Amino acid sequence: MKNNIFYKVFHFYYDGFKNMTIGKTLWLIIIIKLFIMFFILKIFFFPNILKKNFKTDEERSNHVIEQLTNKK
Amino acid sequence: MTDSFDLSVVDWSKAQFALTAMYHWIFVPLTLGLGFIIAFMETLYVKTGDEEWKRITKFWMTLFGINFAIGVATGIILEFEFGTNWSNYSWFVGDIFGAPLAIEGIMAFFMETTFIAVMFFGWNKVSKKFHLLSTWLVAIGANLSALWILVANAWMQYPAGMHFNPDSARNEMLNFWDVLFSPVAINKFLHTISSGFLLASAFVVGISAWYLLKNRHTLLAKRSIIIASVFGLLSSIFVGLTGDGSAYQVSQKQPMKLAAMEGLYQGKEGVGLVIIGAPNPSKTYNDDKDAYLFKIEVPKMLSILGYHDKDAFVPGIKDIIEGGYTYKNKDGQEVVAPSAAQKIEKGKLAIQALADYKTASDSGNKEMMAYHKKILDENFEYFGYGYIKDVTSLIPKVPLVFYSFRIMVGVGLLFIVFFALVLYLVVEKDIAQKRWLLRASILMIPMAYIASQAGWIVAEVGRQPWVIQDILPTVAAVSRIGVGAVQVTFFLFFAIFTTLLIAELKIMFKQIKNGPKEGGH
Repeated sequence: MKNNIFYKVFHFYYDGFKNMTIGKTLWLIIIIKLFIMFFILKIFFFPNILKKNFKTDEERSNHVIEQLTNKK
Repeated sequence: MTDSFDLSVVDWSKAQFALTAMYHWIFVPLTLGLGFIIAFMETLYVKTGDEEWKRITKFWMTLFGINFAIGVATGIILEFEFGTNWSNYSWFVGDIFGAPLAIEGIMAFFMETTFIAVMFFGWNKVSKKFHLLSTWLVAIGANLSALWILVANAWMQYPAGMHFNPDSARNEMLNFWDVLFSPVAINKFLHTISSGFLLASAFVVGISAWYLLKNRHTLLAKRSIIIASVFGLLSSIFVGLTGDGSAYQVSQKQPMKLAAMEGLYQGKEGVGLVIIGAPNPSKTYNDDKDAYLFKIEVPKMLSILGYHDKDAFVPGIKDIIEGGYTYKNKDGQEVVAPSAAQKIEKGKLAIQALADYKTASDSGNKEMMAYHKKILDENFEYFGYGYIKDVTSLIPKVPLVFYSFRIMVGVGLLFIVFFALVLYLVVEKDIAQKRWLLRASILMIPMAYIASQAGWIVAEVGRQPWVIQDILPTVAAVSRIGVGAVQVTFFLFFAIFTTLLIAELKIMFKQIKNGPKEGGH
């Protein structure tokens, strides 16, 4: 088991994280930051307008052409 | 389209993008340069076996880790903004922007999950040489990661290697290498990463100088200063050379930006370069007021730098608006510059041709599709001008660009002298006795950040009103969303980024105060 490459890689990361000092604070900051970015900002404030409002690329193209040429 | 559009959405979206990009750029340049400085230090450790070099490497690696951790993924917010605030733009640029960003994302992922882990966790677990290789790959990978972002940015300054597909309303890549190796992209990449090397060198010299002032960790400080001042001196010279290359490209591809950088309203042959001066804030492009309140210039230098010819004609803002001068086009042919009014007419023709093409396409009339596509293709290079209502909106904010350019260049030149002096004193004399220089070294850290930000202001404010040069102005690129939503997220980002910056500074200062030690990161 201990010669298994996956086991070795797992322990490499496991030991690395376990022995961190300042790194633990940094990882906490990274996790909080990513949570705010992807689970708050992205979901509630930054929808992809074209993906959200249109189902197909053709609809998106038509919308952008309409926006660019102000056809209505 | 712009008649009924709330322009404050454009302004707030621009302000938000500028805010996030500038905050993001606080973290990036240190990563770009410090990675290489650490790699140099670790190379010396592996070559000499001197444990002090290992201690030095690990100390700077910890500061690298703090900066990397706080800064990582802050750029993703820019991509959020593309999808929400700049949806027309996102669609319009198509795979030109998507391909480099996808490569960047994949590279960053692999680099960050493998080699950075080896760099931080791998001491005493992998061989010295493999660890060193990982450190070098992190440094190279971070810079290659920046390459793809800068290629995408360069394409917006000088769209090359693509054609516009009127069926999809997207620009499609014709030649990847034309995009990657466009002269603007090459200069932008080299200039930007070398400015990061300079900044990181200033960071290492400044912190080391603080240790010398406190009479702590003097061996670490002196050795770090030697490495950083050599790297900083070479980088600052290289920044100057690539800056010259960038200015040459700007003069060829973005003459309005060059005119704004110089506050040049009336073009002429053999134009001087203003070293110190103040643009007249009440000057408009077509009045007779003096362009400067005062100026000191080097005769003919702008013609030399911009066109490599001391007597070359450099168009001013008025010339670019009114046209009529001759210049070399993309194919190298001498042509007469059209006026802004003529470009606007061509832009309107292109926009109308796109609308007519769409109508013909919807009705399946292939003959009319071909007819309108021909008009669109013939006028597409001025497509964005069709949205311009007032020619004065083609002029960037001259004072901001003018002063930012001088801050960038002035501080950049100062750094050449600074690193040369520091290197001389640390090698030949006892730099620890030059307390004035040590104090000045600490001050040079914020100076490097200011110069770096000023460079981006020149690049981005100088190309306004365009998101894609000549093809798409900001007013056409922005989404039709409520201004309130953009205002809320502007202040939200301001709060988040400021918190991150304070966290970075607090952790960084604490770590610097503690100094180097053995053990984990």
